[in-house]
Amino acid sequence: MAKKLLGDPINRVDGALKATGRARYSGDIKRPGMLHGVLVMSTVANGKITAIDTAATLKLPGVVNVMTHLNAPKLAGIDKNKASEIATDRVLQLFQDDLVHYNNQPIAMVLADTLEQATEGASLVRVTYQIQPVKQPLPTGKADLATPKQLPRIDDQVDTKRGDLAAGLGAATQRIEATYTTPTMNHNALEPHALLAFWEGDKLTMYNATQGISGCQKRVAELFGMPKENVRVITQFLGGGFGSKGTTFSHVLLTPMAAKLVGKPVRLVLKREQMFGMVGNRSATEQTLTLATGNDGKLLATAHHSLVQTSDFDDFAEPAGTITRMLYACSNLDTTHKFIRANIGTPTPMRAPGEAPGVFALESAIDEMAAQLKMDPLAFRLANYAEKDPNKDKPFSSKSLRECYRQGAERFGWSKRPAEPRSLKNGHYLRGMGMGTTVYPMNRAESSALVRLKPDGTLQVETGTQDLGTGTFTIMTQIAAEVFGVSPDQVTLSAGDSIYPASSVSGGSRCTSSTGSAVEQAAREVLKKTKQLAFKDSKSPLFNVAEADIVAEKGGRLQQKSNPKIGESITNLLKRNGNNPVEATVQSKQGDEKEKYSMNAFGAVFAEVEVDELLGEVRVTRLLGSFAAGRIVNLKTARSQVLGGMVWAVSMALHEKTAFDMRTNRVMNANLAEYHVPVNADIREIDGFFIEEADDIVNPAGVKGIGEIGVVGTVAAIANAIYHATGHRFRDLPITVDKVLSLASR
Amino acid sequence: MKSFSYAQATKPADAVQLLGAQPQSKFIAGGTNLVDLMKYAVENPDRLVDISHLDLAKIEPANGGLRIGALARNSDVAANALVQKQFPLLAEALLAGASPQLRNMATMGGNLLQRTRCNYFYDVSQPCNKRTPGRDAGDAAFRPTGCGAIGGYNRIHAILGSSESCIATNPSDMNVALAALDAVVQVTGPNGSRSIPILEFHRLPGTTPQRDTVLEDNELITAIDLPTSAVGGKSHYLKVRDRASYAFALVSVAARLVTQNGMIREARIALGGVAHKPWRLPVVEQTMVGKPATEATFRTAAQALLAGAKPHEHNAFKIQLAENAIIRALQTVSS
Ligand SMILES: Cc1cc2nc3c(=O)[nH]c(=O)nc-3n(C[C@H](O)[C@H](O)[C@H](O)COP(=O)(O)OP(=O)(O)OC[C@H]3O[C@@H](n4cnc5c(N)ncnc54)[C@H](O)[C@@H]3O)c2cc1C
Ligand code: SF4
Repeated sequence: MAKKLLGDPINRVDGALKATGRARYSGDIKRPGMLHGVLVMSTVANGKITAIDTAATLKLPGVVNVMTHLNAPKLAGIDKNKASEIATDRVLQLFQDDLVHYNNQPIAMVLADTLEQATEGASLVRVTYQIQPVKQPLPTGKADLATPKQLPRIDDQVDTKRGDLAAGLGAATQRIEATYTTPTMNHNALEPHALLAFWEGDKLTMYNATQGISGCQKRVAELFGMPKENVRVITQFLGGGFGSKGTTFSHVLLTPMAAKLVGKPVRLVLKREQMFGMVGNRSATEQTLTLATGNDGKLLATAHHSLVQTSDFDDFAEPAGTITRMLYACSNLDTTHKFIRANIGTPTPMRAPGEAPGVFALESAIDEMAAQLKMDPLAFRLANYAEKDPNKDKPFSSKSLRECYRQGAERFGWSKRPAEPRSLKNGHYLRGMGMGTTVYPMNRAESSALVRLKPDGTLQVETGTQDLGTGTFTIMTQIAAEVFGVSPDQVTLSAGDSIYPASSVSGGSRCTSSTGSAVEQAAREVLKKTKQLAFKDSKSPLFNVAEADIVAEKGGRLQQKSNPKIGESITNLLKRNGNNPVEATVQSKQGDEKEKYSMNAFGAVFAEVEVDELLGEVRVTRLLGSFAAGRIVNLKTARSQVLGGMVWAVSMALHEKTAFDMRTNRVMNANLAEYHVPVNADIREIDGFFIEEADDIVNPAGVKGIGEIGVVGTVAAIANAIYHATGHRFRDLPITVDKVLSLASR
Repeated sequence: MKSFSYAQATKPADAVQLLGAQPQSKFIAGGTNLVDLMKYAVENPDRLVDISHLDLAKIEPANGGLRIGALARNSDVAANALVQKQFPLLAEALLAGASPQLRNMATMGGNLLQRTRCNYFYDVSQPCNKRTPGRDAGDAAFRPTGCGAIGGYNRIHAILGSSESCIATNPSDMNVALAALDAVVQVTGPNGSRSIPILEFHRLPGTTPQRDTVLEDNELITAIDLPTSAVGGKSHYLKVRDRASYAFALVSVAARLVTQNGMIREARIALGGVAHKPWRLPVVEQTMVGKPATEATFRTAAQALLAGAKPHEHNAFKIQLAENAIIRALQTVSS
């Protein structure tokens, strides 16, 4: 069957379970004799614990023990607890020493029969510190700039130079230079980080809310210094993660350590305020962009210098400048990354790490340049369209950005945008329109899957993937079903458990490209074996028909391509052949296509805003995104992904900011009442659609990532619309009431 | 959260008696504020006296105005036909607050007494004169008192009426409307009942920021009375916040205006989000009477209301914002 480029919008396989509350998330799992853990967090940002008084806690009824650095089990693999090349392996706080590196760091765990007892117990632990001065995060802490050793994606160079920047600047007639700043942000998935851990002899089982079952298994095993086979990780459902559950953070080790200490199963669920530090954050950034063009609007020089922050004990560096290297044609380009060290929890990938803040800066600068040139922002982008990847100097496996621009602009009504800013009004509101290019690289990791064709003609897929809540479990059944031409409800999926074939992390929009490819390949392999069975079966109508001339058709039938009347049902074929299942396991990984091509999803986002300058209010009245991301397996779950991404961008543009008290580096809005994300009323008209794009090079599944692309260009589209509405440039996120007001009253 | 015991009251007098019977007792009504504060260990009562079953949820005409029971739910009051007809300002302010789920639980008495959203007040690791007014010599781990917000992160804090001890704001929307409606709070306690005009009910922090109101610890709020104003006129509640819904006010304005032939006959302006109590200056309102209902008059009044405003590191924008919001609200009710 020919593949559909835009797959059926079927409902989620687990929709009913979730909607009726029957889905059991990691924090819902119980085990007889289980204790509840509650963490005690540091209240200073830098120093040493000189005393921990647990006497009052231990007197409380129900409290069993308090794990601190004084009694925590020692970890055999502790030498592995260091900065790593793998972005998701970070340095953890595992109660092996008395050091405090950031405020709100876990320093003890109270273990009790009930959650209430453990909670009360935690509030009674008294800690004394020897306090050191704090190293502040951005924007103030800029004393020591350093160049990171690497960026999270190991292939990305830290600094790049192309052509001759000075010559480009010299030849240019127009030039802008501007600095853009973005704040620290926290992921705040709806589901808190949670796990239940228990030991049976030297075997550990964990029900853990993780975006990467196999990475978690590996990391826990290596830190405990035990074989991977002894660790089982189960993640039946996830309530989001956005990157903060991609890394195996401290609590995932602390809980099995506690279970070992007390000899009982232990459950730990982080409180919301504990999710502002120990489970990662998006680094604040300060980015300076220089763009220069000739009078024709062709870019002659681009420079993008990024300053980010990391913790004082680890090296994660937000890769803000990487997209600037490849998005537009420009022969002279410099990009650099520097970071500062602060007493904060280590940053971690957060939905579109690097790309989201980086493209906000780039696409704002592009808009500024277009305005200076008095060119339409879309025309300016088209004038600098990159026909091949200027960074890698390689062709694109596919790129349908022109089509995204065209269809997006048409549906949005971009042609109605007056060139002059401040020219549209609606009552108290100034109205404006803006756009941004969006992009996300195709990432793919090793992943494996088993597909089994059963004698009754149904399919079984086994893969150790997890479903972030995005619909992974649903689309894996679709991918397998499509290979056989059967309906997805003929496919059962076994996943969410490390007993199944190891699968990639659900992060960097790589789950479908990696695990989807493994399922696709395994299904194809099974189909091939089935065809071979027919070929060899003298009783089959397809006896001696070449494999290439057999196709799977609707309803589980194999037939001859050149003569469709000849064929039989798969069940008949298997029945005659001993009623045995046919199965294949495939470990799928990237070939050399990466050496030959640049592979990316692209899109265009258009935004309309209304700004009440006197009250400082910004409302995003319309958002429309057009995306080209290869094959779309399920139009419904895919659209939800890009819409969700666009809502994230509204959040980043207008709402989100982790507010530090700079004297103590303590986060002062560590709750969802004061850490603002948009509510329904903030999202008015919003839509996203996909351009049909066939790409046979990119991976066997033919897909590119869609988890992050919705965020990337949308942030600048909103900021650019605010410029168009007001005539003021807002270069510091989030664009809140106070900022709008102060620019307006100038 | 600290363990506590629980008792249910069926009559107001029992409630007061139950509360007095054990120190460290607190009334619980809707629980939407108190339970949060207990989870953060800001409030640590030994006993909760549940008053939610008291027969104090009626909304009835009284003396030409309305009497609203202290236990009437915010959503019921906002939807009540009498309220909507006579005091739409109150309905508007209630609906601007929190979320439908919270309003279904929140009561009028609880809303009157909801505590500040000051970030430092909520975080027991931080100094706060309101939460921890005095040093407790017996407890070595007790943190020294002080105000964390002064010199800290103070974007949502007060610009008016603050003190060197505390710069917190009263976060309620309802209270701002009540201030503009000249409401009267009815309370009862061991020493009998009393009526407290709304402008005297909440207080400025001074040197005792631990006290939000003049209510005694053992007093129960029974009702809120809304007197009819002599003349009708138009009203509006304008709330400026960080998102379109479900956020506390950065600045809010409850405005009532009676005009005749373009001249102001009567005015009420109360501000929220700027001080430890709803900010109203009757003298400023009096100066508006007889003046034309123009932007110039409104601006003069706004500036008079904001005279003496004192910004901190992160909240200076509130002064301009409040001025603009006052003018906008008055324009809305005069058009
Ligand atoms: C996430 C969130 C967002 C919110 N947003 C807003 C907002 O935008 N605007 C807004 O105005 N409010 C907002 N609120 C606050 C909400 O309005 C209050 O929590 C609510 O009004 C409190 O009422 P309650 O009945 O639940 O009080 P409770 O929590 O039960 O009690 C609060 C206090 O009042 C005391 N008390 C209660 N009733 C009486 C009585 N009759 N006599 C004496 N003492 C009494 C209690 O002892 C307690 O100290 C928000 C709350 C939350 C949690
Ligand atoms: S402003 Fe008031 S409530 Fe806030 S920290 Fe200071 S004293 Fe406490």
